[in-house]
Amino acid sequence: MSAAAEPPAGAPQARPRPASLTELFLVFSALALRGFGGVLPWAQRVLVDDRGWLTREEFVEMLAFGQMLPGPNVCNVALMVGDRWFGWRGAVAALGGMLAAPCVVVLSLAVLYGQVADDPVVRRALIGMGAVAGGMILGTALRLATTQRGRAPWLVFGSLAFTGVALLRIELAWVVLALGPVAVLAAWLANRRRGGGAAR
Amino acid sequence: MSGAGLLDLFVHFAALSLLAIGGALAVSPEMHRYLVGERGWLSTPQFNDAIAIAQAAPGPNILFVTLLGWQVGGMAGALAATVGQLLPSSLVTLACWRWKSAREDAPLVAAIRLGLSPIAIGLTASAGWVIASGASGTDPALWAMTAVAALVVWRTRVNLLWLVGAGALLGALGVVG
Repeated sequence: MSAAAEPPAGAPQARPRPASLTELFLVFSALALRGFGGVLPWAQRVLVDDRGWLTREEFVEMLAFGQMLPGPNVCNVALMVGDRWFGWRGAVAALGGMLAAPCVVVLSLAVLYGQVADDPVVRRALIGMGAVAGGMILGTALRLATTQRGRAPWLVFGSLAFTGVALLRIELAWVVLALGPVAVLAAWLANRRRGGGAAR
Repeated sequence: MSGAGLLDLFVHFAALSLLAIGGALAVSPEMHRYLVGERGWLSTPQFNDAIAIAQAAPGPNILFVTLLGWQVGGMAGALAATVGQLLPSSLVTLACWRWKSAREDAPLVAAIRLGLSPIAIGLTASAGWVIASGASGTDPALWAMTAVAALVVWRTRVNLLWLVGAGALLGALGVVG
């Protein structure tokens, strides 16, 4: 509920956007540095809920694209977000922001790791964090699922993807290659039957 | 590390880049075969540590590739592995994204949007499930924490760092796990 600076309805040019490459870099640095056990929940929270740079629908669309293509999902989302406003320089700034600072942290932790890896307290803390991190990603999926209201039949594909990857532990690439084309074809036929409109 | 070794590392990871659908962890078995088995540059514990550290640390998990490169060849190795792993997939992603963005109203793009979004949500839920079940196993208290975290993220805008901190603390104190 942001009280101030709510743009009037139907004023797309008033949508918030990153002001500069520096802002893009810093926002992605900040969200990546908070991403213990996964950056995705933070990307959704910061880009959609906090900054309003993307609608939830746009975020799902970028994520869907990023998952079907090679490369890490969140890195692919960073590339698309950066490219959207600043072209290839934005893509580099967003991806660089995502990687640079966490890279320093990871390399520092590697030095420390040998000394603490067998400490039972550290091990238990990491397990507790893992349980929460998994829950945060599940919660993000539920939040994103609200974009699919009125498209209930399509969630069959989501359920199949979950069954294949999470429950049957089939390799993700096979699930994507099997389900993706079928879902796109089904959507294409459904759109055409509805009268050729590019329904959103 | 020699220049030829660095080039070999770069080329090998660049070749794997386009196979890494869903992230670099998908091709980690092949990385293990190359770095540990074929070249003997790393031991299996070193390899597994790199993945464990990148998952515990903040930031994208792809940084395990950086860490592998670092262990093999210091700063130059880290750069060769990371750039090799990310450059080809990034170029493909940008090219496809621009192709799509130029044709927002084309029937195929509309179908991609409608058809792939639910799969993306299913795959995201899968990632959460796999991480949670790896950490929680059969412990009901840990699963309860997973459920609370999911509920909070789904329904509220509470600062997520509190959740991570609570998980680490309850785990460290032995309240759960």
